[in-house]
Amino acid sequence: MTEMVVAEPLWKIRLKLWVRSFKTGWELFKEKKLALFGLGVIIFFAIFGLLYPLYPMIMRNLFWKDDPFGYQTFMPYDPIIGFDPDIVSHPSPPSLRHPLGTDPLGRDILSMIMYSTPREFVLGITAALITVIIGTIIGASAAYYGGVIDTFFMRLADIVMLFPSLALLMVLSAFMELTLFRLALIMGILAGFGSITLVLKAQALTVKVRPFIDAAKSTGASDAYIIFRHIIPNILPLSFLYMMFNVTGAIFTEAVLSFLGLANIRMSWGVIIQMAESSGYLMGASIGTYWWLWLPAGVCITLLCSSFYFLGRGLEEIVNPRLRKR
Amino acid sequence: MLKFLGKRVLQIVILLFIYVTVVYWLIEAMPGSFVDQYLLNPKLTPEIRENLKRQFGFDKPAHIRYLIYMKNFLTLDLGISFSYFPTKVTTIIAERLPRTVFLFVTSTLVSYVLGYSLGKRAAWKRSGILDKTTTFVGIVFWTIFLPLLAIFNIWLFGVILKILPLNQFIDPNLWKTAPLSAQTIFIRLLLTALVFLIVFLIALLISNRLKTIPAKKTMLYTSSITTIVVSIVIWILSGYSIYAWDIIKHMVLPVLTLTLYSFAGSMLVMRDTMLDVIREDYITTAKAKGLPDNVVRDKHAARNALLPLVTNFVISLGFTVGGGIITETMFSWPGIGRAYLEALNTQDTPLLIGLLVFTGIFVLIAHLVADVLYAVLDPRIRY
Repeated sequence: MTEMVVAEPLWKIRLKLWVRSFKTGWELFKEKKLALFGLGVIIFFAIFGLLYPLYPMIMRNLFWKDDPFGYQTFMPYDPIIGFDPDIVSHPSPPSLRHPLGTDPLGRDILSMIMYSTPREFVLGITAALITVIIGTIIGASAAYYGGVIDTFFMRLADIVMLFPSLALLMVLSAFMELTLFRLALIMGILAGFGSITLVLKAQALTVKVRPFIDAAKSTGASDAYIIFRHIIPNILPLSFLYMMFNVTGAIFTEAVLSFLGLANIRMSWGVIIQMAESSGYLMGASIGTYWWLWLPAGVCITLLCSSFYFLGRGLEEIVNPRLRKR
Repeated sequence: MLKFLGKRVLQIVILLFIYVTVVYWLIEAMPGSFVDQYLLNPKLTPEIRENLKRQFGFDKPAHIRYLIYMKNFLTLDLGISFSYFPTKVTTIIAERLPRTVFLFVTSTLVSYVLGYSLGKRAAWKRSGILDKTTTFVGIVFWTIFLPLLAIFNIWLFGVILKILPLNQFIDPNLWKTAPLSAQTIFIRLLLTALVFLIVFLIALLISNRLKTIPAKKTMLYTSSITTIVVSIVIWILSGYSIYAWDIIKHMVLPVLTLTLYSFAGSMLVMRDTMLDVIREDYITTAKAKGLPDNVVRDKHAARNALLPLVTNFVISLGFTVGGGIITETMFSWPGIGRAYLEALNTQDTPLLIGLLVFTGIFVLIAHLVADVLYAVLDPRIRY
């Protein structure tokens, strides 16, 4: 027997393995046109949101060159306090000055949408991350320890699942001002103790019975070590997948709460539509006339939600071999 | 099976009590209360204040009120609503529930039929044109911002085409001289639908016993068409048909919106299970026997992929009660979801607790039914 001497340090091998699995995953992913589309839309929105600071500057140089004082006074491209005094009546239809028109208060819709985009990302991803972290740890520990811990968390999940989440958030909105971050936190925690623990526990159970867990145990690994180094890495792909679906859910819930006027968020896509609704522009025949008040924001919500869902579905086919083509 | 059922029912009862407790304390802890808006009036004398508090039951400490509530809950009494004083919460729920259930059962049924037939076809020709388009359209509708879809539908059908009413449950002008209340007509409509469903199910059972395919088809079609014709004739003869038609017209848009919104859920489930089933050996055998393609698809593959869809259906019916908030707000449909929003705005504590508790019971029963159905439909599953 010749002894193999591996000269490379361990982290380099890990990195290589990681790159290789990423490459094979990407090969599979590339075939999913819908998932690619979703990724494209997400990247588009990310760039779109990051470009927001440029937009008022460009508009100022184009239309407000002669009137710097008026620009400073009215800040026509500010998403919250902006107002355009040169237009006779608001809401005004799309024009060169305001590519998506203005709302009843005279604010520029495009700047409102651009300003909200990074906030939607932050909200969705924060909520989903919290959900997934809680769900993964609980799922893994419930599967590993079994017994009382398992029963406790599964019954807890049953109770959490009984609550209609939207109705519960509505009640919670009476307790506190649901700012963006608080809303993300609450949604994340509520979802984290819910159905995701059931799914991840089922997955962790299949990992728990594999031989390497016994091997780790026999070498004297502690429970925490086994859970964090052996079980969680193996259910991480599935958690990541559920994160995508949770981003969709979080953005949708925020939009609905804002739309019903129950969240305390200064500006978001839902708030834009709520503005149109509460000032009476969504009644009867005026719906079509004032389309720019609700259509762009609604389309943005739909597109971002569905693109995360597409991405999730694409990843699902990679993570879950049952759904692979051959 | 019986042992499993007993265990499950016991679990449900325990779960329900914990749920009711959590709901009660959650709502109880909400800042402010219904009487506050009266108590804030500085002209009230202390006696009147005490009287008011006593009448609404706020003179007792919270834990005593909780015990009273639980005692009443055991006798299926959910208390008296504040904002609809002195109507009982159970009466309000009984009035609102049929509207929500009718709305959601119709749209869920339609969306499941749609999802079933689209899903099986999409999976059969995987990565084909149909698969790609239905998946894309389905997911876009599945993740669409529901108010946007509602606004768009109202705009398209109500404003541009002018064929459907914009919102509301009935047209008030028509009902001014109506001999019966809208609720009575609505319940009768519901009964008609129920009769039709029963006739259809019986016809389905009988046609399964028949030998030839034409006989099956004639049995199914003639029975359903006769029931529809007979019920329409009865409605017209009764003279209430314009009122019934008014309600139906107001129902079309919400049902359409909900169907579009939810059909992808069942379609994706159907597609994924179907993909799993297609790999089984007996599908290859059936194909090798030379059976026609659509027979293999419908009789051999789709039948076996139906199981998750059926349980999914029952569970989604359980969520109807809570899920109506957005749709019912958008279409001013006076159902459970609207009642919930109103109760929240007026701080009508008993109604709020009652609605949440009722929703919970509904979901729990749906889960139990799903468990039982699973065992009945799949002989491999033994409890």
